[in-house]
Amino acid sequence: MTPHASPDDNQSAPEPGERRQVSRRGVLGIAGAGLVALGASAATGYAAGRRDPEPAPASRSYPLTGEHQPGITTPAQDRLHFATFDLLTDDRDDVVALLRAWTAAADRMMRGLPAGELGPTSGPYDAPPDDTGETEDLDASHLTITVGFGPSFFTDADGAPRFGLDGRRPALLEDLPHFPADALEDARCGGDIAVQACADDPQVAVHAIRNLARLAFGTASVRWSQLGYGRTSTTSTSQSTPRNLFGFKDGTANVKAEEPEALEQHVWVQPEDAGRRPDDATSSDPAPDDAWLAGGSYLVARRIRMTIETWDRSSLREQETVTGRTKASGAPLSGGDEHTEPDFSRTGRDDVPLIDPASHVALAHPSANGGARLLRRGYNYTDGSDGLGRLDAGLFFLCYVRDPARQYVPMQNTLARDDLMSEYLRHTGSGLWAVPPGLPDGSTTGGADGAYLGQTLFET
Amino acid sequence: MSPTTLRPARPLALTAAALATVLALAACTDNSAPESSADGSGPSTLTVTSTADECTVSAPEAPSGNVVFSVTNAGDDVTEFYLLAEDGLRIVSEVENIGPGLTRDLVLTAKPGSYVTACKPGMVGDGIRSDFTVTDSGTDVAPTGALADQITAATTNYVAYVKDQTEQLLTGTQDFVDAYTSGDDDTARALYASTRVHWERIEPVAESFGDLDPRMDLREADLEEGQEWTGWHLLEKDLWQPTAEANGGTEYVALTPEQRTQYADQLLADTTELNDRVHTADFAEGIDAASIGNGAKGLLDEVATGKVTGEEEIWSHTDLWDFQANVDGAKVAYDGLRDVVLAQDADLAEDLDTQFAEIQTLLDAQRSGDGFVLYTDLTPAQVKELADSVNALGEPLSRLTAAVVL
Repeated sequence: MTPHASPDDNQSAPEPGERRQVSRRGVLGIAGAGLVALGASAATGYAAGRRDPEPAPASRSYPLTGEHQPGITTPAQDRLHFATFDLLTDDRDDVVALLRAWTAAADRMMRGLPAGELGPTSGPYDAPPDDTGETEDLDASHLTITVGFGPSFFTDADGAPRFGLDGRRPALLEDLPHFPADALEDARCGGDIAVQACADDPQVAVHAIRNLARLAFGTASVRWSQLGYGRTSTTSTSQSTPRNLFGFKDGTANVKAEEPEALEQHVWVQPEDAGRRPDDATSSDPAPDDAWLAGGSYLVARRIRMTIETWDRSSLREQETVTGRTKASGAPLSGGDEHTEPDFSRTGRDDVPLIDPASHVALAHPSANGGARLLRRGYNYTDGSDGLGRLDAGLFFLCYVRDPARQYVPMQNTLARDDLMSEYLRHTGSGLWAVPPGLPDGSTTGGADGAYLGQTLFET
Repeated sequence: MSPTTLRPARPLALTAAALATVLALAACTDNSAPESSADGSGPSTLTVTSTADECTVSAPEAPSGNVVFSVTNAGDDVTEFYLLAEDGLRIVSEVENIGPGLTRDLVLTAKPGSYVTACKPGMVGDGIRSDFTVTDSGTDVAPTGALADQITAATTNYVAYVKDQTEQLLTGTQDFVDAYTSGDDDTARALYASTRVHWERIEPVAESFGDLDPRMDLREADLEEGQEWTGWHLLEKDLWQPTAEANGGTEYVALTPEQRTQYADQLLADTTELNDRVHTADFAEGIDAASIGNGAKGLLDEVATGKVTGEEEIWSHTDLWDFQANVDGAKVAYDGLRDVVLAQDADLAEDLDTQFAEIQTLLDAQRSGDGFVLYTDLTPAQVKELADSVNALGEPLSRLTAAVVL
């Protein structure tokens, strides 16, 4: 096992003869093929059963190709730049060209290469470089890029299909309903395409979105974006549970990369899901032609502002009651340690349940949601302060689910209505996107024939 | 509101100690003496291990002053830990509901004397007891007289206050509803804010009734999809009808006379129900010093969350009436407990006195006629000033409960 490697370790021995991007390429150079393979297997969870220190493949890079897109079960990196884009074109070929260009650039950047083939410091002297250059001395930093398509990608405001995608919009890809106490801001909602860039270095994540946005100019424009830091969930058993801005461990009960059956059941859209309609669909609603989404998932994003100041004035008793876990170890209040299953029937003095039935852990638990689980991938965010001197901070909640209508929507309705924690939360941003499957192993990207994310949607 | 605001009443134990601010703890201690900070001014920390048949306290004595018992439940049952007076009967302090495997701290300021410690696995029986001594460290331990009477009086007075406010709320709501259903919108508008102050003064109490609160006080933004909207803010919107632009782009449709009667009748019925409930013996028994203290804090949280941002009264803009009423309610709660706070923590009392006066000065500057200017008339600088004063008051107010709970 490789101990946690610092960036310096990766940059210490560039391959002799490497001319450009010494530090970024050196990552691959010292490791050789064996460690590249290690990086690949890490993405599918080779480290089952281990806890910290986190495994850090020397390459610090993940492959773009695979049955599923990276950035979902990949061990959650520490930093996020999330952006959504609106398409400016009506031309289907323009969209495919954009996805091709993005996929090629994503492939390169995830390997620690510049976004373009010439790089930031070469190319025509009188032209702008094809990479912006701020990651030139950094390695791939575990960058992953994940792409999803929103309802508005398929259908315009009048309900007419776009880009010739008649009938291809999954019936489950609906704008999320209004939830109690939503305080959504238009400028933080929706978007035709969502791009999630995660990395262990904020500069690498920002660089990725910046260069994709650049490639999109004229075809798509950024609608809104969000920076995140401090992953607030754990997507692999190799990771310890981090803390959110309330100071509590977050994501203890997440679906993990090492649970293949749970992933099939709760995260990945299965082939038999094709044509699925919501449970409340009427018989006249046609079944969609959405087999293209098999192997993909649905991405829910919610910008959840925390009322930090009032939380900080609440007693430890209230904080633990609201959460249903101890602040120290994250153990459920029914006893045990962090990973002990909560016992909601256990009572204490006066036969009152040790875990409040309206606590966050009680209401979010699969047992209160028909067995539904989510793969959460949230990040803390702090966007400075509002005009009243209050921190504009909270949780940028991201989760991946197989069926948003059965998994996320009922759970969020329950939480927004009854969760004691809701008193300290307000949802200010929102969106839902269908995340297509990954590219088959061995796919080549780039050029006019390269494989691209979303290819199954346009070509099958 | 705070989930701890209204919990079942527990007997108010007479004690020689008060909960002190929770302090950073040392991880473990040796078996002879409690661990203390290097300069001797920090708390003495003892560890307690509770199992099915043992209650191991890391030391048999501690110096007077702040003492922390870090209680770990190493058994399979839920456990409790008590510090009892020398007679073994009077509870000095306690920590309950410790699940298996969990550690909870009991923090208190202890006076010199003889005591008894007890673990109570399974929460039944006399518990597993040992003698415990608090030696005289020379540390000045805050005087703690017989405060139980003051707290009893404060509780009685607060219950009376809540009853009085709901009675006034009921009377005012009757007048408001009469004007509204008869189509006298000017009178209804004039009565709206001045009636709601009786609700806002006791908001955490009203909110403790989980079925009534959403029916009576839900804002439009808080609705679940498909949920029917009822209560004060529905009528508010109908009295201050928005333009299409302010209504999400759709033309506002006024309520019909039949709908007006239906929703007004329901508001009146719910108010009557609220009034009935706070007049029951169960309600009075549920009020204790902790619920009053937490209620005061909860009122300031209400101001910080909705009033200071103008979101509560989005159509009438009468947020400052609510703001004042929330502060009134917090002030009444504090005034009832003020003698106790003075005895336990005079600095906290002084801080609270100062901050209540400051916030009142700012609110008084916005008075207009019998009420206040509209929220929309405030400048951003004035809103910021009010928000700052809410934080300045909210911070010490959040320590009120710990100071009065014995």
